[in-house]
Amino acid sequence: MIEVKHLHKSFADKEVLKDINTVFEDGKTNLIIGQSGSGKTVLMKNLVGLLEPTSGQVLYDGRDFVAMSKQEKVHMRREMGMIFQSAALFDSLSVLENVMFPLDMFSDMTLRDRQRRAMECLDRVNLNGAESKFPGEISGGMQKRVAIARAIVMNPKYLFCDEPNSGLDPKTSLVIDDLLHGITREYNTTTIINTHDMNSVMGIGENIIFIYEGCKEWQGVSADIMHSPNQRLTDFIFASNLQKKMRQAVIANGITI
Amino acid sequence: MILHKWLTVFGRYVILMGRTFSIPERMRMFWKQYVKEMAQLGVNSIGIVLLISFFIGAVICIQMKVNIESPWMPRWVAGYTTREIMLLEFSSSIMCLILAGKVGSNIASELGTMRVTQQIDALDIMGVNSACYLILPKILGLLTIMPFLVIFSSAMGIVGAYFTAYGMRIITPDDLTLGLQHTFIPWFMWMSIIKSLFFAFIISSVPAYCGYTVEGGSVEVGKASTDAVVTSSVLILFSDVFLTQLLS
Repeated sequence: MIEVKHLHKSFADKEVLKDINTVFEDGKTNLIIGQSGSGKTVLMKNLVGLLEPTSGQVLYDGRDFVAMSKQEKVHMRREMGMIFQSAALFDSLSVLENVMFPLDMFSDMTLRDRQRRAMECLDRVNLNGAESKFPGEISGGMQKRVAIARAIVMNPKYLFCDEPNSGLDPKTSLVIDDLLHGITREYNTTTIINTHDMNSVMGIGENIIFIYEGCKEWQGVSADIMHSPNQRLTDFIFASNLQKKMRQAVIANGITI
Repeated sequence: MILHKWLTVFGRYVILMGRTFSIPERMRMFWKQYVKEMAQLGVNSIGIVLLISFFIGAVICIQMKVNIESPWMPRWVAGYTTREIMLLEFSSSIMCLILAGKVGSNIASELGTMRVTQQIDALDIMGVNSACYLILPKILGLLTIMPFLVIFSSAMGIVGAYFTAYGMRIITPDDLTLGLQHTFIPWFMWMSIIKSLFFAFIISSVPAYCGYTVEGGSVEVGKASTDAVVTSSVLILFSDVFLTQLLS
Protein backbone atom coordinates (compact mmCIF):
# COMPACT_ATOMS: atom_id res chain seq x y z
CA MET A 1 0.00 0.00 0.00
CA ILE A 2 1.22 3.49 -0.83
CA GLU A 3 -0.03 6.36 1.27
CA VAL A 4 0.42 10.00 0.30
CA LYS A 5 0.12 12.57 3.09
CA HIS A 6 -0.09 16.33 2.65
CA LEU A 7 2.03 16.27 -0.49
CA HIS A 8 2.97 19.65 -1.93
CA LYS A 9 5.21 20.28 -4.92
CA SER A 10 6.25 23.67 -6.24
CA PHE A 11 8.48 24.76 -9.10
CA ALA A 12 9.84 28.23 -8.29
CA ASP A 13 6.67 30.21 -7.40
CA LYS A 14 4.23 27.83 -9.07
CA GLU A 15 2.55 25.28 -6.81
CA VAL A 16 1.81 22.25 -8.98
CA LEU A 17 0.53 19.84 -6.30
CA LYS A 18 -1.53 21.16 -3.39
CA ASP A 19 -2.00 19.07 -0.27
CA ILE A 20 -2.57 15.67 -1.90
CA ASN A 21 -3.80 13.00 0.52
CA THR A 22 -4.62 9.58 -0.83
CA VAL A 23 -4.07 5.85 -0.55
CA PHE A 24 -3.12 3.46 -3.39
CA GLU A 25 -4.27 0.00 -2.45
CA ASP A 26 -2.54 -3.39 -2.82
CA GLY A 27 -3.71 -5.74 -5.54
CA LYS A 28 -5.76 -3.02 -7.18
CA THR A 29 -5.46 -1.02 -10.35
CA ASN A 30 -5.19 2.56 -9.05
CA LEU A 31 -5.74 5.23 -11.68
CA ILE A 32 -4.67 8.87 -11.58
CA ILE A 33 -6.71 10.88 -14.04
CA GLY A 34 -6.89 14.57 -14.90
CA GLN A 35 -6.44 17.08 -17.67
CA SER A 36 -3.05 17.75 -19.24
CA GLY A 37 -1.07 20.00 -16.91
CA SER A 38 -3.15 19.08 -13.86
CA GLY A 39 -0.14 17.52 -12.09
CA LYS A 40 -0.60 13.77 -12.69
CA THR A 41 2.91 13.14 -13.99
CA VAL A 42 4.43 15.34 -11.27
CA LEU A 43 2.53 13.29 -8.68
CA MET A 44 3.85 10.05 -10.15
CA LYS A 45 7.41 11.40 -10.32
CA ASN A 46 7.12 12.33 -6.64
CA LEU A 47 5.91 8.82 -5.84
CA VAL A 48 8.86 7.12 -7.55
CA GLY A 49 11.44 9.65 -6.36
CA LEU A 50 12.30 11.25 -9.70
CA LEU A 51 11.20 14.51 -8.04
CA GLU A 52 11.47 15.54 -4.38
CA PRO A 53 8.24 16.84 -2.83
CA THR A 54 8.35 20.37 -1.41
CA SER A 55 6.64 18.96 1.69
CA GLY A 56 4.65 15.92 2.68
CA GLN A 57 5.16 12.17 2.93
CA VAL A 58 5.05 9.20 0.57
CA LEU A 59 4.70 6.04 2.65
CA TYR A 60 5.43 2.63 1.14
CA ASP A 61 3.87 0.15 3.57
CA GLY A 62 4.45 2.70 6.33
CA ARG A 63 8.06 3.56 5.31
CA ASP A 64 8.54 7.21 4.33
CA PHE A 65 10.26 7.20 0.94
CA VAL A 66 11.06 10.92 1.07
CA ALA A 67 12.98 10.59 4.33
CA MET A 68 14.92 7.48 3.26
CA SER A 69 18.70 7.58 2.76
CA LYS A 70 20.13 7.26 -0.75
CA GLN A 71 21.01 3.61 -0.10
CA GLU A 72 17.55 2.81 1.27
CA LYS A 73 15.99 4.43 -1.80
CA VAL A 74 18.13 2.28 -4.08
CA HIS A 75 16.89 -0.87 -2.29
CA MET A 76 13.32 0.41 -2.33
CA ARG A 77 13.50 1.03 -6.06
CA ARG A 78 14.26 -2.63 -6.65
CA GLU A 79 10.70 -3.31 -5.50
CA MET A 80 9.34 -0.93 -8.14
CA GLY A 81 8.64 -1.43 -11.82
CA MET A 82 7.83 1.42 -14.13
CA ILE A 83 6.39 1.67 -17.61
CA PHE A 84 7.11 5.01 -19.22
CA GLN A 85 4.96 6.87 -21.70
CA SER A 86 7.64 6.37 -24.37
CA ALA A 87 8.36 2.76 -23.22
CA ALA A 88 11.98 3.91 -22.59
CA LEU A 89 13.52 0.71 -23.91
CA PHE A 90 17.30 0.67 -24.32
CA ASP A 91 17.91 1.13 -28.06
CA SER A 92 21.20 -0.73 -28.12
CA LEU A 93 19.78 -3.87 -26.51
CA SER A 94 17.54 -6.53 -28.04
CA VAL A 95 14.07 -7.21 -26.66
CA LEU A 96 15.37 -10.15 -24.62
CA GLU A 97 18.34 -8.14 -23.30
CA ASN A 98 16.00 -5.29 -22.34
CA VAL A 99 13.83 -7.65 -20.30
CA MET A 100 16.88 -9.37 -18.80
CA PHE A 101 18.52 -6.06 -17.85
CA PRO A 102 17.18 -5.77 -14.26
CA LEU A 103 18.13 -9.42 -13.66
CA ASP A 104 21.61 -8.83 -15.10
CA MET A 105 22.07 -5.89 -12.75
CA PHE A 106 20.58 -7.17 -9.52
CA SER A 107 20.15 -10.95 -9.48
CA ASP A 108 22.66 -13.70 -8.89
CA MET A 109 20.83 -16.08 -11.21
CA THR A 110 22.77 -17.99 -13.86
CA LEU A 111 22.57 -16.80 -17.46
CA ARG A 112 20.26 -19.70 -18.33
CA ASP A 113 17.90 -18.87 -15.44
CA ARG A 114 17.89 -15.19 -16.33
CA GLN A 115 17.05 -16.00 -19.94
CA ARG A 116 14.32 -18.40 -18.83
CA ARG A 117 12.76 -15.81 -16.52
CA ALA A 118 12.89 -13.13 -19.25
CA MET A 119 11.28 -15.53 -21.73
CA GLU A 120 8.52 -16.26 -19.17
CA CYS A 121 7.79 -12.54 -18.94
CA LEU A 122 7.82 -12.12 -22.71
CA ASP A 123 5.46 -15.08 -22.91
CA ARG A 124 3.20 -13.40 -20.33
CA VAL A 125 2.88 -10.33 -22.57
CA ASN A 126 2.41 -12.49 -25.70
CA LEU A 127 5.71 -11.56 -27.30
CA ASN A 128 7.12 -14.96 -28.18
CA GLY A 129 9.38 -14.80 -31.18
CA ALA A 130 10.31 -11.14 -30.78
CA GLU A 131 13.19 -11.67 -28.36
CA SER A 132 15.98 -11.11 -30.87
CA LYS A 133 14.46 -7.95 -32.37
CA PHE A 134 15.59 -4.45 -31.40
CA PRO A 135 13.21 -1.74 -30.08
CA GLY A 136 13.43 0.15 -33.39
CA GLU A 137 12.15 -2.91 -35.26
CA ILE A 138 8.89 -3.40 -33.34
CA SER A 139 5.61 -1.48 -33.16
CA GLY A 140 4.62 0.97 -30.41
CA GLY A 141 2.22 -1.56 -28.87
CA MET A 142 4.93 -4.22 -28.81
CA GLN A 143 7.35 -1.76 -27.24
CA LYS A 144 4.84 -1.10 -24.47
CA ARG A 145 4.49 -4.85 -23.90
CA VAL A 146 8.28 -5.24 -23.73
CA ALA A 147 8.31 -2.40 -21.18
CA ILE A 148 5.67 -4.27 -19.15
CA ALA A 149 7.74 -7.47 -19.34
CA ARG A 150 10.84 -5.55 -18.16
CA ALA A 151 8.87 -3.94 -15.34
CA ILE A 152 7.57 -7.26 -13.97
CA VAL A 153 10.69 -9.37 -14.44
CA MET A 154 11.86 -8.72 -10.85
CA ASN A 155 8.39 -9.42 -9.37
CA PRO A 156 7.85 -5.83 -8.20
CA LYS A 157 5.57 -4.93 -5.32
CA TYR A 158 4.72 -1.58 -6.89
CA LEU A 159 4.03 -1.04 -10.57
CA PHE A 160 3.88 2.48 -12.03
CA CYS A 161 2.61 3.21 -15.52
CA ASP A 162 2.80 6.68 -17.04
CA GLU A 163 0.16 6.91 -19.75
CA PRO A 164 0.67 3.36 -21.04
CA ASN A 165 -1.93 3.78 -23.78
CA SER A 166 -0.70 7.04 -25.29
CA GLY A 167 -0.16 6.75 -29.03
CA LEU A 168 -1.89 3.37 -29.28
CA ASP A 169 -5.05 2.46 -31.15
CA PRO A 170 -8.15 1.57 -29.04
CA LYS A 171 -7.80 -2.18 -29.62
CA THR A 172 -4.13 -2.27 -28.60
CA SER A 173 -4.99 -0.04 -25.63
CA LEU A 174 -7.47 -2.66 -24.44
CA VAL A 175 -4.79 -5.35 -24.74
CA ILE A 176 -2.41 -3.25 -22.60
CA ASP A 177 -5.18 -2.53 -20.06
CA ASP A 178 -6.06 -6.22 -19.77
CA LEU A 179 -2.39 -7.09 -19.34
CA LEU A 180 -1.86 -4.53 -16.58
CA HIS A 181 -5.06 -5.56 -14.81
CA GLY A 182 -4.18 -9.25 -15.09
CA ILE A 183 -0.63 -8.70 -13.84
CA THR A 184 -1.93 -6.67 -10.88
CA ARG A 185 -4.11 -9.59 -9.84
CA GLU A 186 -1.50 -12.23 -10.56
CA TYR A 187 1.41 -10.54 -8.76
CA ASN A 188 -0.74 -8.70 -6.19
CA THR A 189 1.09 -5.48 -7.02
CA THR A 190 0.09 -1.96 -6.07
CA THR A 191 -0.42 -0.69 -9.60
CA ILE A 192 -0.68 3.03 -10.29
CA ILE A 193 -1.58 4.17 -13.78
CA ASN A 194 -1.56 7.73 -15.08
CA THR A 195 -4.05 7.92 -17.88
CA HIS A 196 -6.21 10.04 -20.15
CA ASP A 197 -7.89 7.01 -21.65
CA MET A 198 -11.57 6.86 -20.65
CA ASN A 199 -11.79 3.20 -21.72
CA SER A 200 -9.14 2.42 -19.10
CA VAL A 201 -11.01 4.46 -16.48
CA MET A 202 -14.28 2.65 -17.04
CA GLY A 203 -12.69 -0.73 -17.75
CA ILE A 204 -9.98 -1.33 -15.15
CA GLY A 205 -10.25 1.55 -12.65
CA GLU A 206 -10.66 0.01 -9.20
CA ASN A 207 -9.50 3.10 -7.33
CA ILE A 208 -9.60 6.34 -9.29
CA ILE A 209 -8.09 9.65 -8.20
CA PHE A 210 -9.12 12.72 -10.18
CA ILE A 211 -6.62 15.58 -10.01
CA TYR A 212 -7.82 19.06 -10.90
CA GLU A 213 -5.37 21.97 -10.99
CA GLY A 214 -3.02 20.23 -8.56
CA CYS A 215 -5.68 19.25 -6.02
CA LYS A 216 -7.34 15.91 -5.43
CA GLU A 217 -10.84 16.64 -6.65
CA TRP A 218 -12.45 13.23 -6.39
CA GLN A 219 -11.66 9.62 -5.46
CA GLY A 220 -13.77 6.56 -6.05
CA VAL A 221 -14.44 3.54 -8.25
CA SER A 222 -15.45 3.50 -11.92
CA ALA A 223 -19.04 2.48 -11.12
CA ASP A 224 -19.56 5.74 -9.19
CA ILE A 225 -18.41 8.01 -12.02
CA MET A 226 -21.59 7.70 -14.07
CA HIS A 227 -23.75 9.05 -11.25
CA SER A 228 -21.21 11.40 -9.69
CA PRO A 229 -22.54 14.89 -8.98
CA ASN A 230 -19.01 16.31 -9.38
CA GLN A 231 -19.36 18.53 -12.46
CA ARG A 232 -15.60 18.85 -13.08
CA LEU A 233 -15.22 15.07 -13.06
CA THR A 234 -18.14 14.39 -15.39
CA ASP A 235 -17.07 17.23 -17.72
CA PHE A 236 -13.63 15.64 -17.93
CA ILE A 237 -14.75 12.02 -18.34
CA PHE A 238 -17.66 12.67 -20.66
CA ALA A 239 -16.05 15.42 -22.69
CA SER A 240 -17.54 14.75 -26.13
CA ASN A 241 -21.19 15.20 -27.09
CA LEU A 242 -21.49 11.50 -27.84
CA GLN A 243 -20.24 10.57 -24.37
CA LYS A 244 -22.56 13.13 -22.73
CA LYS A 245 -25.57 11.70 -24.57
CA MET A 246 -24.55 8.16 -23.68
CA ARG A 247 -24.32 9.14 -20.02
CA GLN A 248 -27.73 10.80 -20.10
CA ALA A 249 -29.19 7.70 -21.74
CA VAL A 250 -27.59 5.42 -19.13
CA ILE A 251 -28.94 7.53 -16.25
CA ALA A 252 -32.38 7.92 -17.85
CA ASN A 253 -32.76 4.19 -18.43
CA GLY A 254 -31.30 3.20 -15.06
CA ILE A 255 -28.58 1.08 -16.66
CA THR A 256 -25.81 -0.12 -14.32
CA ILE A 257 -22.27 -0.39 -15.74
CA MET B 1 25.93 36.67 -13.19
CA ILE B 2 28.03 34.82 -15.79
CA LEU B 3 30.50 33.81 -13.07
CA HIS B 4 27.61 32.48 -10.98
CA LYS B 5 26.36 30.48 -13.96
CA TRP B 6 29.80 29.06 -14.67
CA LEU B 7 30.31 28.12 -11.02
CA THR B 8 26.90 26.43 -10.96
CA VAL B 9 27.73 24.41 -14.08
CA PHE B 10 31.14 23.50 -12.67
CA GLY B 11 29.57 22.44 -9.37
CA ARG B 12 27.05 20.23 -11.17
CA TYR B 13 29.84 18.75 -13.28
CA VAL B 14 31.82 17.89 -10.14
CA ILE B 15 28.74 16.31 -8.52
CA LEU B 16 28.10 14.26 -11.66
CA MET B 17 31.71 13.10 -11.71
CA GLY B 18 31.34 12.17 -8.03
CA ARG B 19 28.40 9.93 -8.94
CA THR B 20 30.28 8.59 -11.98
CA PHE B 21 33.42 7.55 -10.11
CA SER B 22 31.79 5.07 -7.78
CA ILE B 23 32.04 1.31 -7.63
CA PRO B 24 29.85 -0.27 -10.33
CA GLU B 25 26.88 -2.26 -9.03
CA ARG B 26 27.71 -5.27 -11.19
CA MET B 27 31.27 -5.69 -12.48
CA ARG B 28 30.10 -8.11 -15.19
CA MET B 29 27.92 -5.39 -16.70
CA PHE B 30 30.65 -2.78 -16.26
CA TRP B 31 33.22 -4.84 -18.21
CA LYS B 32 30.70 -5.45 -20.96
CA GLN B 33 30.07 -1.72 -21.29
CA TYR B 34 33.79 -0.90 -20.96
CA VAL B 35 34.78 -3.16 -23.85
CA LYS B 36 31.86 -1.87 -25.93
CA GLU B 37 32.88 1.76 -25.34
CA MET B 38 36.55 1.07 -26.13
CA ALA B 39 35.42 -0.33 -29.46
CA GLN B 40 32.86 2.38 -30.16
CA LEU B 41 34.86 5.42 -29.07
CA GLY B 42 38.43 4.26 -29.64
CA VAL B 43 38.73 1.47 -32.17
CA ASN B 44 36.15 3.08 -34.46
CA SER B 45 38.25 6.26 -34.43
CA ILE B 46 41.45 4.57 -35.62
CA GLY B 47 40.52 5.01 -39.30
CA ILE B 48 40.03 8.77 -39.13
CA VAL B 49 43.13 9.21 -36.95
CA LEU B 50 45.31 7.27 -39.41
CA LEU B 51 43.88 9.06 -42.43
CA ILE B 52 44.36 12.57 -41.03
CA SER B 53 47.76 11.80 -39.53
CA PHE B 54 49.04 10.42 -42.84
CA PHE B 55 48.12 13.56 -44.79
CA ILE B 56 49.21 15.99 -42.06
CA GLY B 57 52.57 14.20 -41.81
CA ALA B 58 52.98 14.48 -45.57
CA VAL B 59 51.89 18.13 -45.71
CA ILE B 60 54.15 19.20 -42.83
CA CYS B 61 57.10 17.55 -44.53
CA ILE B 62 56.37 19.31 -47.84
CA GLN B 63 55.84 22.69 -46.15
CA MET B 64 59.07 22.40 -44.16
CA LYS B 65 61.06 21.35 -47.19
CA VAL B 66 59.65 24.09 -49.42
CA ASN B 67 59.62 26.98 -46.91
CA ILE B 68 62.55 26.35 -44.59
CA GLU B 69 65.08 25.05 -47.10
CA SER B 70 68.09 27.33 -47.32
CA PRO B 71 71.84 26.86 -47.78
CA TRP B 72 72.24 27.70 -44.08
CA MET B 73 69.96 24.87 -42.96
CA PRO B 74 70.92 21.19 -42.85
CA ARG B 75 69.02 19.03 -45.35
CA TRP B 76 67.53 16.86 -42.58
CA VAL B 77 65.64 19.79 -40.96
CA ALA B 78 62.36 18.93 -42.76
CA GLY B 79 62.34 15.41 -41.24
CA TYR B 80 63.34 16.73 -37.83
CA THR B 81 60.58 19.37 -37.67
CA THR B 82 57.98 16.92 -39.02
CA ARG B 83 58.79 14.52 -36.19
CA GLU B 84 58.72 17.23 -33.54
CA ILE B 85 55.43 18.73 -34.71
CA MET B 86 53.75 15.33 -35.01
CA LEU B 87 55.01 14.16 -31.64
CA LEU B 88 54.65 17.31 -29.57
CA GLU B 89 51.44 18.84 -30.86
CA PHE B 90 49.60 17.07 -33.64
CA SER B 91 49.31 13.52 -32.28
CA SER B 92 48.21 14.68 -28.85
CA SER B 93 46.51 18.09 -29.04
CA ILE B 94 45.28 18.51 -32.62
CA MET B 95 44.26 14.87 -32.90
CA CYS B 96 42.28 15.25 -29.64
CA LEU B 97 40.61 18.37 -31.03
CA ILE B 98 39.49 16.30 -34.01
CA LEU B 99 38.31 13.52 -31.69
CA ALA B 100 36.41 16.08 -29.60
CA GLY B 101 34.27 16.62 -32.68
CA LYS B 102 33.75 12.96 -33.47
CA VAL B 103 33.67 11.33 -30.04
CA GLY B 104 32.33 14.33 -28.10
CA SER B 105 29.26 14.82 -30.26
CA ASN B 106 28.68 11.06 -30.25
CA ILE B 107 28.69 10.91 -26.43
CA ALA B 108 26.56 14.04 -25.95
CA SER B 109 23.92 13.04 -28.48
CA GLU B 110 23.74 9.44 -27.23
CA LEU B 111 23.27 10.44 -23.59
CA GLY B 112 21.03 13.37 -24.52
CA THR B 113 18.73 11.11 -26.51
CA MET B 114 18.69 8.61 -23.65
CA ARG B 115 17.70 11.44 -21.31
CA VAL B 116 14.85 12.84 -23.43
CA THR B 117 13.47 9.37 -24.21
CA GLN B 118 13.45 8.62 -20.44
CA GLN B 119 15.96 5.74 -20.74
CA ILE B 120 18.09 7.35 -18.00
CA ASP B 121 14.99 7.77 -15.81
CA ALA B 122 14.27 4.07 -16.39
CA LEU B 123 17.76 3.19 -15.09
CA ASP B 124 17.28 5.45 -12.04
CA ILE B 125 13.90 3.92 -11.24
CA MET B 126 15.45 0.44 -11.34
CA GLY B 127 17.92 1.60 -8.69
CA VAL B 128 20.90 1.67 -11.09
CA ASN B 129 23.46 4.46 -10.67
CA SER B 130 22.91 5.69 -14.22
CA ALA B 131 25.92 8.04 -14.19
CA CYS B 132 28.27 5.24 -13.19
CA TYR B 133 26.70 2.72 -15.57
CA LEU B 134 26.69 5.02 -18.61
CA ILE B 135 29.56 7.49 -18.16
CA LEU B 136 32.33 5.60 -16.31
CA PRO B 137 32.87 3.02 -19.11
CA LYS B 138 33.08 5.86 -21.65
CA ILE B 139 35.73 7.76 -19.66
CA LEU B 140 37.81 4.69 -18.82
CA GLY B 141 37.38 3.23 -22.31
CA LEU B 142 38.70 6.38 -23.99
CA LEU B 143 41.51 6.78 -21.43
CA THR B 144 42.60 3.21 -22.19
CA ILE B 145 42.58 3.53 -25.95
CA MET B 146 43.95 7.09 -26.24
CA PRO B 147 47.71 6.25 -25.84
CA PHE B 148 47.37 3.76 -28.69
CA LEU B 149 45.73 6.40 -30.87
CA VAL B 150 48.60 8.81 -30.12
CA ILE B 151 51.20 6.20 -31.05
CA PHE B 152 49.32 5.22 -34.22
CA SER B 153 48.97 8.90 -35.16
CA SER B 154 52.70 9.64 -34.72
CA ALA B 155 53.66 6.53 -36.67
CA MET B 156 51.23 7.31 -39.48
CA GLY B 157 52.48 10.91 -39.69
CA ILE B 158 55.96 9.55 -40.29
CA VAL B 159 54.59 7.17 -42.93
CA GLY B 160 53.02 10.24 -44.57
CA ALA B 161 56.40 11.99 -44.50
CA TYR B 162 58.05 8.96 -46.15
CA PHE B 163 55.35 9.07 -48.80
CA THR B 164 56.63 12.53 -49.81
CA ALA B 165 60.12 11.09 -50.00
CA TYR B 166 59.42 7.88 -51.93
CA GLY B 167 56.24 8.82 -53.77
CA MET B 168 56.74 12.52 -54.53
CA ARG B 169 60.55 12.86 -54.40
CA ILE B 170 60.23 16.05 -52.29
CA ILE B 171 63.05 14.97 -49.97
CA THR B 172 65.50 12.11 -50.13
CA PRO B 173 64.68 9.17 -47.85
CA ASP B 174 68.15 9.38 -46.31
CA ASP B 175 67.71 13.06 -45.35
CA LEU B 176 64.27 12.31 -43.97
CA THR B 177 65.52 9.36 -41.92
CA LEU B 178 68.42 11.42 -40.61
CA GLY B 179 66.04 14.22 -39.57
CA LEU B 180 63.59 11.82 -37.92
CA GLN B 181 66.38 10.27 -35.86
CA HIS B 182 68.16 13.53 -35.00
CA THR B 183 68.35 14.25 -31.23
CA PHE B 184 65.30 12.17 -30.42
CA ILE B 185 64.16 12.71 -26.83
CA PRO B 186 62.00 9.77 -25.62
CA TRP B 187 60.36 12.00 -22.98
CA PHE B 188 58.52 13.82 -25.79
CA MET B 189 56.66 10.61 -26.56
CA TRP B 190 55.63 10.28 -22.90
CA MET B 191 54.70 13.96 -22.81
CA SER B 192 52.44 13.43 -25.78
CA ILE B 193 50.76 10.44 -24.12
CA ILE B 194 50.33 12.24 -20.77
CA LYS B 195 48.76 15.24 -22.48
CA SER B 196 46.44 13.01 -24.48
CA LEU B 197 45.22 11.32 -21.28
CA PHE B 198 44.13 14.69 -19.88
CA PHE B 199 42.45 15.50 -23.17
CA ALA B 200 40.76 12.09 -23.27
CA PHE B 201 39.21 12.84 -19.88
CA ILE B 202 37.95 16.20 -21.18
CA ILE B 203 36.62 14.68 -24.42
CA SER B 204 34.65 12.01 -22.57
CA SER B 205 33.52 13.73 -19.36
CA VAL B 206 32.47 17.18 -20.67
CA PRO B 207 30.21 15.84 -23.46
CA ALA B 208 28.86 13.25 -21.00
CA TYR B 209 27.85 16.11 -18.69
CA CYS B 210 26.29 18.07 -21.58
CA GLY B 211 24.29 15.04 -22.74
CA TYR B 212 23.33 13.68 -19.33
CA THR B 213 21.87 16.99 -18.15
CA VAL B 214 19.79 17.76 -21.26
CA GLU B 215 16.25 18.96 -20.61
CA GLY B 216 13.72 19.18 -23.43
CA GLY B 217 13.68 17.52 -26.83
CA SER B 218 15.64 17.02 -30.01
CA VAL B 219 16.56 20.72 -30.35
CA GLU B 220 18.17 20.66 -26.90
CA VAL B 221 20.01 17.43 -27.74
CA GLY B 222 21.46 19.12 -30.83
CA LYS B 223 22.43 22.15 -28.77
CA ALA B 224 24.04 19.94 -26.12
CA SER B 225 26.03 18.19 -28.83
CA THR B 226 27.33 21.51 -30.19
CA ASP B 227 28.06 22.82 -26.67
CA ALA B 228 29.93 19.62 -25.90
CA VAL B 229 32.23 19.97 -28.91
CA VAL B 230 32.84 23.71 -28.40
CA THR B 231 33.44 23.44 -24.63
CA SER B 232 35.73 20.44 -24.84
CA SER B 233 37.70 22.03 -27.71
CA VAL B 234 38.22 25.24 -25.74
CA LEU B 235 39.19 23.28 -22.62
CA ILE B 236 41.69 21.21 -24.64
CA LEU B 237 43.32 24.38 -25.99
CA PHE B 238 43.48 26.01 -22.55
CA SER B 239 44.84 22.95 -20.81
CA ASP B 240 47.33 22.38 -23.66
CA VAL B 241 49.03 25.66 -22.78
CA PHE B 242 49.35 24.73 -19.10
CA LEU B 243 50.32 21.12 -19.72
CA THR B 244 52.96 22.05 -22.29
CA GLN B 245 54.46 24.55 -19.85
CA LEU B 246 54.28 22.03 -17.01
CA LEU B 247 55.73 19.07 -18.87
CA SER B 248 58.39 20.81 -21.01
